[in-house]
Amino acid sequence: MIVGIAAIEAIVLIKGGITNKAKLSEDKKLIPVGKSDSYEKNHVYPFLNHHFYLKRFEDGGFLALSIKCTHLGCVINYNNTTGGFNCPCHASQFSPNGEVVASPASRPLDYYPITVKNGELYVDTSVVKRRKSFLKSQLTYV
Amino acid sequence: MNTKHPTKRNYSSLEKFALHLHPKMIDERAVAFNRTFGLGGICALLFVILALTGIILRFSYIPTVEQAYDSIVNLNSHTIFGGFIRNLHHLSANFLVIVSFLHLLRVYYSQAIFKERAENWIYGLVMMFLVLASSFTGYLLPWDQLAYWAITIFTQIFEYIPLFGHSLANFIRSGETLNSNTLLNFYNLHTGVLPLLFVFFVSLHFWLVRKAGGVALPEQKETQKVPVIPNLVVKEIMVALLLIAALFFASAFYSAPLLEQANPNLSPNPSKAPWYFLGAQELLLHVHPAFSAVILPVYLLLFFIAVPYLNYKNLNIGVWFNSPEGKKLVIHSAIFSFLFTFGLIYLLDHFLHFDVWLSSSPSWISIGVIPFLLYTIPVGSFLFYGFERYRVRNTEVIMATITVIIVSYLTMLLISLLLRGEGMLLLF
Repeated sequence: MIVGIAAIEAIVLIKGGITNKAKLSEDKKLIPVGKSDSYEKNHVYPFLNHHFYLKRFEDGGFLALSIKCTHLGCVINYNNTTGGFNCPCHASQFSPNGEVVASPASRPLDYYPITVKNGELYVDTSVVKRRKSFLKSQLTYV
Repeated sequence: MNTKHPTKRNYSSLEKFALHLHPKMIDERAVAFNRTFGLGGICALLFVILALTGIILRFSYIPTVEQAYDSIVNLNSHTIFGGFIRNLHHLSANFLVIVSFLHLLRVYYSQAIFKERAENWIYGLVMMFLVLASSFTGYLLPWDQLAYWAITIFTQIFEYIPLFGHSLANFIRSGETLNSNTLLNFYNLHTGVLPLLFVFFVSLHFWLVRKAGGVALPEQKETQKVPVIPNLVVKEIMVALLLIAALFFASAFYSAPLLEQANPNLSPNPSKAPWYFLGAQELLLHVHPAFSAVILPVYLLLFFIAVPYLNYKNLNIGVWFNSPEGKKLVIHSAIFSFLFTFGLIYLLDHFLHFDVWLSSSPSWISIGVIPFLLYTIPVGSFLFYGFERYRVRNTEVIMATITVIIVSYLTMLLISLLLRGEGMLLLF
């Protein structure tokens, strides 16, 4: 019993150390991606090193989709013919706005919030947003 | 030398050490190889080999994202016997997973986990967990494509646990994705924390085996006792030498896998979890994650912990499969479970698409309750049929249930390992 309590306390103490380490390396995760004019409508732009696809929709809205498949975390590929995304690992398919078209994935692709400063777009990769379905409110407009 | 009756003699210090592990005299039946198959001893020996090779590997390995992979390449190509030591470590680790699992099966099927041995069964389960945890943490260290994606996929399974799954996965990875902190944490667990826990639990395990009177044997009126030295010790040394020879031989010809350096932006196709977790990955393909990642594992874990404490009506301690009928039932259950699981997965992959057919109903019905019933109703009927046919009692039925569960897992593991290619599609 006492050992159990000590173990839990130890985990809590260690966890502090671990997450502090993680926080240090998570600084500077606001990725500048430039002016909105440089992106064509209905196009997808990969930012693989920063783990997102930047999608500009027909109406001019932006969505930064995580490249991580929601099934088991593989990196999804852009599908030229459907405009959506395919997972190479377990064959999940996603629509252009990130919703599931084919299982085994069970929820839409996560996305990162986008902020606009002086007409420039910034993707905040320190925050991963989960969602149940695609909503217009997830898009960012300049 | 007369091996049946001990004469008074002086033991050497090595022999005295052996007598700390074993009593001086031991039941003749406990010495027979097919009583234990030496599995527990093999596990202990593998642990020693892993500890020694691991200590040597620590001289070359650098636990940083930038240098881990290069240090292994360097070890393989520029260090004398470097590749050999790494192969030995790799083979022994995989072998340890198999042998400790076989040891678990052996003690269970020879009815050696009850009463005074029940506590030791729990420590055995703890060590089974430690074996998997060690293997899993070591898997990441080479930081190649195989390591990176296998660990990514496995940690992602935790995300399916509701409420705290995401934070648990992030805690294990120390971040959203695998990073330098993950590597450092895994390295420390693998080379420090887990081996230390092993030393503690192995000692406890050995001590409790002796306290329970050694290997579990069926009750018998007259027992023949023989001295441990040389009867048992000679056999142990023989098994140990054969094992070491086989491992050395294999390590000279087999190379532990090492793919290209890990690339977080490119998933290989297909990506699979470490082989012993593939049964879980296969289950996730077919069944709602609430079932496959939460309800089933928790239920099974509790069940396995409870196994020695259930209320048995006809327990024959030390008797293989409890009775001759039990043996037949177990064999039939294993065959049934293999064929049934295989067939069900084939049907689910090619013909039964409940997620599409019932897309209007919630997913916990279409890929949760329905596959669950598809599995449990035939299995339940089979167990009931076996119960009637062999006129057995609850000990055998519980044993048959455990057999069905274990064989199903192994079937899923084999399908996922051998029969799934690109995109995790079945090869046939």
